[in-house]
Formats: sequence, C-alpha cells, structure tokens
Amino acid sequence: MSPAASALFPYLVRYRHRFALGSVFLVLSTAITLASPWVLKHAIDHLAVRLGPDFMLAAAGPSLASHAAALVGLALAGGACRFLMRRIIIGASREIELDLRNDLFRHLQRLPPAWFQANRTGDLMSRATNDLSAVRMLAGPAIMYTASTSITFVVALVLMLSLSPALTLFALLPLPLVSVVVQRFGSAIYLRSERIQAQLAHMSAVVQEALAGVRVVRAYRREGVEIERFREANEEYVARSRAMIRLQGAFHPTLAFLLGLSALIVLWIGSRHVIDGRLSIGDFVAFNVYVAMLSWPMIAFGWVTNMLQRGLAAWQRMLDVLQVEPAVRDPETPVAPGRIRGAVEFRDLTFAYDGRAVLSGVSARVEPGQVLALVGPTGSGKSTLVDLLPRLYDPPPGTVFVDGIDVRELALDTLRGAIGYVPQEPLLFSETVAGNVAFGVRAAGGAVADAVGLAQLDVDVAGFPRGLDTEVGERGITLSGGQKQRAALARAILTDPRILILDDALSAVDTHTEEAILARLREVMRQRTTILVAHRISTVRDADLILVLDDGRVVERGTHAELVALDGLYAGLHHKQLLQEALEES
Amino acid sequence: MSVHEPEVLGRAYDARLMRRLLGYLRPHRRSVGVALATIAAGSVLQLAQPWLTKVAIDDHIAPGDLDGLDRIALAFLLVLAGSFVLEYVQTWTMQMMGQRIMFDLRMEIYRHLQRLDLRFYDRNPVGRLMTRVTSDVDTLNELFTSGVVTVFRDVFMLAGIMIVLLWMDWRLALVTFAVLPGIAWVTHWFRMNARESYRRVRLQIARINAFLQENISGMATVQLFRREARNFEQFERINRAHRDANLESIFYYATFYPAIEVLGAVATALIVWYGGGRALQDTVELGALVAFLQYSQRFFKPISDLSEKFNILQSAMASSERIFGLLDTPVEITSPTAPQRVPDLVRGASDVAAAVRPRGGADPPAMSPVPGRGSLPVAGPAGSPGGARIRFEHVWFAYRGDEYVLRDVSFEVAAGERVGVVGATGAGKTTLINLLMRFYDVDRGRITVDGIDTREIPLADLRQRFGLVLQDVYLFSGSVRENIRLGHDAIGDAAVRAAARSVHADRFIARLPAGLDSEVGERGATLSVGQRQLLSFARALAFAPEVLLLDEATSSVDTDTERLIQDALHVLMAERTTIAIAHRLSTVQDMDQILVFHKGELREAGTHQQLLVRRGLYHTLYQLQYRDQERAGTPERAAAGQTAPEPAVVDSGSGG
Repeated sequence: MSPAASALFPYLVRYRHRFALGSVFLVLSTAITLASPWVLKHAIDHLAVRLGPDFMLAAAGPSLASHAAALVGLALAGGACRFLMRRIIIGASREIELDLRNDLFRHLQRLPPAWFQANRTGDLMSRATNDLSAVRMLAGPAIMYTASTSITFVVALVLMLSLSPALTLFALLPLPLVSVVVQRFGSAIYLRSERIQAQLAHMSAVVQEALAGVRVVRAYRREGVEIERFREANEEYVARSRAMIRLQGAFHPTLAFLLGLSALIVLWIGSRHVIDGRLSIGDFVAFNVYVAMLSWPMIAFGWVTNMLQRGLAAWQRMLDVLQVEPAVRDPETPVAPGRIRGAVEFRDLTFAYDGRAVLSGVSARVEPGQVLALVGPTGSGKSTLVDLLPRLYDPPPGTVFVDGIDVRELALDTLRGAIGYVPQEPLLFSETVAGNVAFGVRAAGGAVADAVGLAQLDVDVAGFPRGLDTEVGERGITLSGGQKQRAALARAILTDPRILILDDALSAVDTHTEEAILARLREVMRQRTTILVAHRISTVRDADLILVLDDGRVVERGTHAELVALDGLYAGLHHKQLLQEALEES
Repeated sequence: MSVHEPEVLGRAYDARLMRRLLGYLRPHRRSVGVALATIAAGSVLQLAQPWLTKVAIDDHIAPGDLDGLDRIALAFLLVLAGSFVLEYVQTWTMQMMGQRIMFDLRMEIYRHLQRLDLRFYDRNPVGRLMTRVTSDVDTLNELFTSGVVTVFRDVFMLAGIMIVLLWMDWRLALVTFAVLPGIAWVTHWFRMNARESYRRVRLQIARINAFLQENISGMATVQLFRREARNFEQFERINRAHRDANLESIFYYATFYPAIEVLGAVATALIVWYGGGRALQDTVELGALVAFLQYSQRFFKPISDLSEKFNILQSAMASSERIFGLLDTPVEITSPTAPQRVPDLVRGASDVAAAVRPRGGADPPAMSPVPGRGSLPVAGPAGSPGGARIRFEHVWFAYRGDEYVLRDVSFEVAAGERVGVVGATGAGKTTLINLLMRFYDVDRGRITVDGIDTREIPLADLRQRFGLVLQDVYLFSGSVRENIRLGHDAIGDAAVRAAARSVHADRFIARLPAGLDSEVGERGATLSVGQRQLLSFARALAFAPEVLLLDEATSSVDTDTERLIQDALHVLMAERTTIAIAHRLSTVQDMDQILVFHKGELREAGTHQQLLVRRGLYHTLYQLQYRDQERAGTPERAAAGQTAPEPAVVDSGSGG
C-alpha cells in the first residue's frame, strides 16, 4: 500500500463496524441476486417435465405459484439487503467525507497568512470539494462495487460451472477480450480526454487574455483578430473531441458485440447440449441469465479502476495540504505571564521575506498607555512591523517582545488575545453587523453597542434597515469603506485588547470623524498600548513616539514637534499634508 | 472577484428555454434524422435477440433440429454486427452534431462578448464570462448528445417491447403490464424526492463553498481574533447539514433501485405463474415464455435510465438560462446607423510609413475658446493640419447612478495641440479617455472630433484615429512583432521595425533571443516595466493615429530608461494631437496647454507658467510634487490624495 493510501486508512478504520455490517448485506444481496435465476431454472424445468408426454394439469398449479412466490420473496429480501448495503456503506463514505473536510478545515485554520498568499483560494477550495468528492468515491462506492462485482463474478462462475463446465468455458471465451478492450480503450480515452482538457485550458486562456485586455482590444480594433484566434482554438477543440468521439463511438458497440458473442455461443452450443440431453431447458435459460450477469463485472472493472486512480490522485493532492507543517506554531512550553500589560519592544529587528530584506535594525520601545506611531512611504515596512507583533509572520527569536517576553515564547492564544488589530482593508464576514463586531468574543448586546458607539458607527447603524442585526453581505459589500473600517475598529475594541494596532485603519474615514474617534479612543486606551500606522500626519501628531520608516529602516524618530524641527522626511510629509488639506477644501 | 456565483436552482424544464435550445438543432436536421433512424433500427435489432432465442427453443430445440440452429446462430451474429454498425453511426452522428452546435454557440457567445459594452465588463468578472464560454456550453453538449438521444432510445425500446409482447401473447402481455402502474408510481415518487434532495445537496455545497471562500481569504482575521474554534463549529454545522442532505438522497436512491428490481421480479413471477399455467394448457409455447422473461428484464432498464436524465436536464436548463442571458444583453454602444464619414480617413500601410517618417517643425498649436459655462478661453492661433480637433461640450458622466465623475466639462483641443491633464486621483482624468474612445457614452453634452459628434462616427473609424497608451501595458501572448501590430497585417514588417526604432525599442528587442519574433506575454520573455512602456509606444506609433491618448505610467523606471521614454514620447507626439494624463507634472510642463481637473470639474487651464502665476490648484499640486522630486526615487503615493478612487484606464479592472 502506498504511503498516501495508508494515510487514508485511519479514516476507514473508524467506520470498520459499519463496513463490516455493510459487507454482510452486500454478500447477502449478491447471493440472493444470483439465486433467482436458479429458481427460474427450476420453474422452467418443472414446466418442461410437465409438458412432457403425459402432462398432469392438476399438480402444476400450486408448484408454479410457489416458484413465483419464491421469486418475489427473493427479490424482496434482495432488495432489502441492497437497500441496507447502500445506506450503510455509502452512508459511511459520507461520514468519512465529513471527517476529512472537517480535518482539512481545522488544518487550514492553523496555517499562517504567508501560506495562503502562496496558495490560491480557488485551488484550496477545489481540494476541499472536487478532490474530496473523488476521495469519497474511493472510500465508498469504489469499495462497494469492487466487492459486489468480484463476488458476483466468482459466484456466477461457480454456478455456471456446476450447470455445465464445457458450456461455461465456451461462453467465457470472449470475456478476456472484453477486459482487454476495456483496458485499451480506457487508457486511450484517458489520453485523448487529457488532450481535450489541455485544449480547453488553452481556449480558456485565449478568452481570458482577450477579455482581461478588453480595452486594448477595442482601442486597437483587435476584435476580429481575437475572434479568429478563438475560432482556431475552438476548431482545435472540436478536432480533438472528434478523435475522442471516434474512440468512444467504437467503445460501447465493441463491448456490446463481445458480450453478445457470449450470448450467441450459449445459444448455439447450449441448445445443442439441450438437444443432446446434456442440459435441461431450465439450465439453458439460467445460463443465459448468468452470462448477462457476468458482463456487468467486466465493464465495471474498468470503471472502478478509474475511480480508484482518480481517488488516489485526489487524496494525494489533499495530503499535500494536510501534511504542511504550520510555520507559526505555539511554543512547546509557553511562558504564562498572567495578565499582559502591553509593553512592546522591537530589539534590533531585521526581517526578510522571500529573501528580500523588509526591515533592518528596527528598535523601539513603548510602555503601557503610550502611543507608538509609524509613518513612511508605501513599502517602507510599516505593515510588516505590526504584522510581526501578533506573529502573522514569525520574527527572528529575540527581536519582538511583549512585557519583556519574546512573542515566540507566548502561546498564540495569549498573545493574540491581548492584541486588537485593525487592518487597512478590513475583512468583514457575511453576518450581521453585531455578529461581525462580536467576531472575537461572545459579547452581550450592550457591550457591542458600546463598541459600535466608540467607533462612531452608531449613527450609521441607526440608519441601517435592521440596525445591528442588518446583514452586511459577502465581504461587507453593503457597507462603505469608512463604515467597514469603523466596524473593524469596533470589532477590535470589543476584545478588550491590551495592545491596539491600527494599520492605517481609518484611511477611508474623513478627517473630522477620525479625530473624534481617536479622541475617544485615548480615553479607553489610557492604560493600554496603541500602535498607529498612518498616512495622515494629523493622526499621529499626539503620539508619544513617532518612527519614520524608509526602506525598512528607521530614518527619523521622536515626537511630532521634534520631527518637524528636524526638517527631514517627516517635515516634508507634514507640509504636503497641509497642502493636501488645502486641496481637499478647495 | 468571486467566480462562485450563487447557485441558481431553477426549474428542470422550461418550455421557452427548451424551444430556443431545440432551435439550434434546426440546421442539423439531417444529422438528427440519421440519428433517429439508427436509433429506431438499433432498437429493432435489440428486440430481435430474445425473439431469436424463442425461435431457437420452440422451432429447433424442441423438435431437435440442428441445422435450423445454425441459421439462428448466423442470424444472431448478423444482428450483433448490425447493432455494432448502427450504434457506431448513431454515436458518431450525434456527437459530431453536438460538437458543431457547441462550436457555433461558442462563436456566437464570443462574438457577442467582443461587442458588449465596457459597462458590462465592469459588472461581470472575467472568470464568470469564461465559464459561459466553456463549462456552460459543455453542459449543453451533454444535453444534446446524451440527454436527448437516450431519451429517444429509451422511448423506442419501451414502445418496441410493449408492441412485441402484445403481439406474441396479448393476455400474457397485459398480465405483465400489471406492474407498470407500480413502476410509474415509484418512478414519480423517486423523481419528486430526488429532485428536492438534489436541490438541498446543491444548496449545502453552495454554503460550504461560500464559507470556505470567505474564511480562507479572511484567514488572517480569523486567526488574529482567535476565532478558529467558533468557525470550526460553524463549519462543522454546515458540513453536517451537507452530510444529512446526502444521507437523505442516499435513502431515495437506495429505495428506488431495489424497488424497481422487486417490481421486475413480480413481473417475472407473473410470467412464470400465469404464463406457465397457460403453457401447461398448451396455449403458450415454452420459448415464447423465455422470450417474455427476457423482454420483461429489458423493460426496466430504460425506465430507470429515464429518471436519471433528470439531472442532465436540470443543469442544462440552468446553463442555457445563463448563456441566453448573456446573449440577450444588448450592446448599447454601437456604430451609428447613418454614420458621418470623415473624408480623410482612408489609411493604409503607406500612411503608416509616412507617420513614422520624422517631420519638420509643427506650428505652435493652441486652443480656441468654447462658449458656455465651465469653458476656459485661451487665446492662440488656429491649429495645425496634423491631427484632429477635439471638443468636449458640457459633458456629464457617471459610472454609476448619479455619482458624476465629470461635471459639465467643456474644452477644446486644436489639431496638433499637446494637452496635459492633471489633477488628484479621482478627479476624472482617465474618464476623458474612456469617453473619447467611446468605451462609455456621455450622459449629457457631447464630444466632437473635427466637429462631428463621436456617436455619429462608425466605432472602428473613431477608434482608428486614436492611439491609446495605457499605464499598465497589456501584452498578448505572441511575438514582439504581433504585440506591436496587434494582428493588423496591413502594418508591414518595415513599419513595425521603423516604429520600434523611432521609440528606441529596437535596442532591447535586438537583445531578445529571437528579436522581433521573441515570444512575450505569459509564456514568453519577461520584459521590464520600461521595456513594456517602449513596446506600447511602438505599438501606438505603428498605428499612426491622429490623436495620441496617453495615460502616463506611474511606476518608476531607472533614469536611463526614463530618458529613452521621454525621448520616445517626443517622437510620438510630433505631428499629432496629444492628450496626456500626467501623474508627474514634469511631463506636462512644456505642453501647449494644461487642464487641471478637480472633483470632476475642469478648474484651471493654461500653460505651466500661466497656471503657476495663478497660484491656484495647479500651484498646490506642483508644490506637492516638487517635494517628491526632491526626494527622487521614493514616490509617495499617499500624496496623490485620499479621495475616492476613480476607475482607472487599466486592463485589470474598470471600476465605476
């Protein structure tokens, strides 16, 4: 068993009782299915005997009726077994699907943001849905069909042999050919369908390119060229499909022909045996039915093989995700600091991402109750710096401290529980406003309303159709940018953080509202630490310490007054801000 | 961009949609005819097999006639061979017809997409449109090739078996048919419940997808707020609901198939009991009884098959609804029905070459005043003959509702004049280009080119007069050459080379592995931002437009490339009207005229010096940028303003 398959084993073992019970019904239902031709055989033999030289009318009635009753009874029993088999085995596969999807999601929740940047959402979703469903087919239907077809095959074979070994041998002559055909056609069809898929991907790429560049296409009147290009791709797709159709068109008729040959042999040779008296007419009829029953396993074999292969490939893709070790993990023995006060220190912090230095030699220290502000051009490393604090990315050991403890030595729960983070582009979830604000904690309505008030969102909420219970839509689509930012602020405040990080978090809020929010926040944050990343100088002017970052380095540091006096980068930004405001007002 | 659309679980059968779908079969009447004929003939051959068994038993086995058996076997072989041929012909005909229909349908959708307004693209993400062209069409293919055909085959088979049974022994046939009401009822019960449970399963899958989509893209937030446990609970709830919906649907399937089998067994039992009894009375032959048994077994497969076609039908209906929705989206921006031809517009390769040839000193261009509110009179002599004259007259425009991004904008650009457009982000600058090219139509007012309303000029003629150079250069997969002439073969090799040389793109092209034939785009060589920029200049020049529309790139390039670009720009602007949206004021300083936009209005206009003297908006902007240029190399984009972003003329998105 391959390592991938053995990783799936525990999931199957968990439902071993169901699989065992399901197997019992599987065997029973198969046995019953195979028994009914036997009953038919007896019924017909009975008739044939009666139809012999001296037919006895009176005795025939009840015997026929009992045969008929036996047929119905067997069918009922078989149906019941088949019903139970399906429910139990396919049901177990649904349970396995549930477990797998839960495990996958649980695992995804442990992986750090950097991993999600490297893996596209659509790709991950396809693993959680398409691949998972292929794995389920492997764990349920594939197992079931494999078992039932092999049992059918063996038992039908035995029964046929007991009827007539010679006829069985003749009847089975075309069957190896069936397997060869299934195998050959199967792999050729697979190859050609790959080629069709590749062309489909190409055609999609042609469409994607033309549609994504629609303006250039229109501006340079390239529509005709694009239509030609698409026509070519489309024609090639049809050509490749034609190659496939030629195969598929031949596949099924070939199978039907070969299986028909078996029936032909039974008819031709079997009837001679009947005439010779080596076979009863009932045996002959039953034989016909068994041959028909054998053809199904022959076809199903190729089909199930395909299902197994696809399932294993899909499982391997899922394992690729499930076996990723989270880069950011809880320490083995986390330090338990009791209550976090909120002192933050960066100590000669140098951080590289993807081999590119993002921060170099950054040092700063703020005490609880203080405000640290970060300013600087886009790409100067401000956001990265604040991302390191809650360990969205892992800082090197001994560089980032909370209350003097290296953040890497704190449990993630403790660390992140002490931090309220408001990103620049907040992500809201498709829930109510209240649900979004109480995202991090289960809070009472009053507390939610307070947080909403503090974030100055209360007036807006009052205007919403259902107030706090208004659904915000996917990604908060019904809210404006400023409303989203304020909702995200309320969400962070409600967690009662010791450290509040605002990563340019009020950029879409107008200056006046921002000042009002910050003024009220100062009250709340009196004993706590605030880290502000801002573009507006007005936001940071009251900070206890302002760091000006450029290209990952601290180029200026001090208070607003000190930095303006320095007449450097900060003073320039300040001046521009004033001009900007003038422009806004005009 | 979310490719996952809310799953629409519409009706399984919609007569209006079906009629329209069947309309696509009309051109292929012959194929349909062939397919139907082969299906009918194939069904007859299928029916012949049990009949041959009957004849073998009654006429040859019973009397012990061996020679007759050989004839029967031969007939059987012929029937098999005939079935083989018929089925092959039928599959081939049907599938090829399906492919041809899909080919045409794809072309139809794609052609329509090439005409649809940009506003449509604003609303519909590219991924969704791709689904229309590919998977939605494929779903329909399944309907045409397997759905429709097998329904016919199943119906033929059912009818054929019934006729044969009635003909062989009508009384026994009627007894056998006693199970039919039961089958009809079971099938109906199954279809109703399976449809409902299929719907529930799809709904749960949609919920799982939505939840995953949201939580995977918001994973950082989830982790920061330590929401993992609660989210897991939530996910597990949906997951369980999905499992339960599936378990329910297993119930229906697990009941349906055995129930059909039991009914089949009842039919068999009836044949054995009643038929057997009649055989004993010598009114039915034994072979006929066996044939009856075989027929009745073949009877049940088409019935359970038919009920499975339901899912194909349902998804085909949903797909066709989406496809027709797209095809029915009207094109609003079209060429006029009675266009005004501009006389001097006949262009060819010779003009292209001429345009590339450097020409001597242009007249000092200027602008004439436009009457009306919001116009800004600027004195100057008449325009030069090179290039077109452009006039905006009281133009209002909104991408959405009444959120106007241009308000009562009027100005005139004389032929050959070079005009710079400046203003903070969100001032409406790029909208000017969108309107000039008629990517969108003005809401109020009008735009004229050489005195003719743009809406009265055929679209191709209008767009041919403009050369558009965008911020982000869009490259198509293909060679450098193809990216310069963009598929217009009229632009010959010499013109391509001349254009590349004039904008200094020839040097980097020469260094590429295969020169002009080097592949670029997704699968080709990666070009630097500056190289892409030069390539797009060559592209614009090769088309020899009368008007150059330039959306200046904001990304910084190294100083050497910058010098090349500036130099190339001068070549480009020579002898033609230029409207340049500038992000760096240095670009526009020597323009003939600078238009200053602010909050959708044209607020100031004049030359660099005139505007500086005014100490207005331009002066403020200039100061803002002056600061930046002091700190060359680190563009501070925050200074560009915090106003609402305007739809940028870039290819990735269109905003609004």
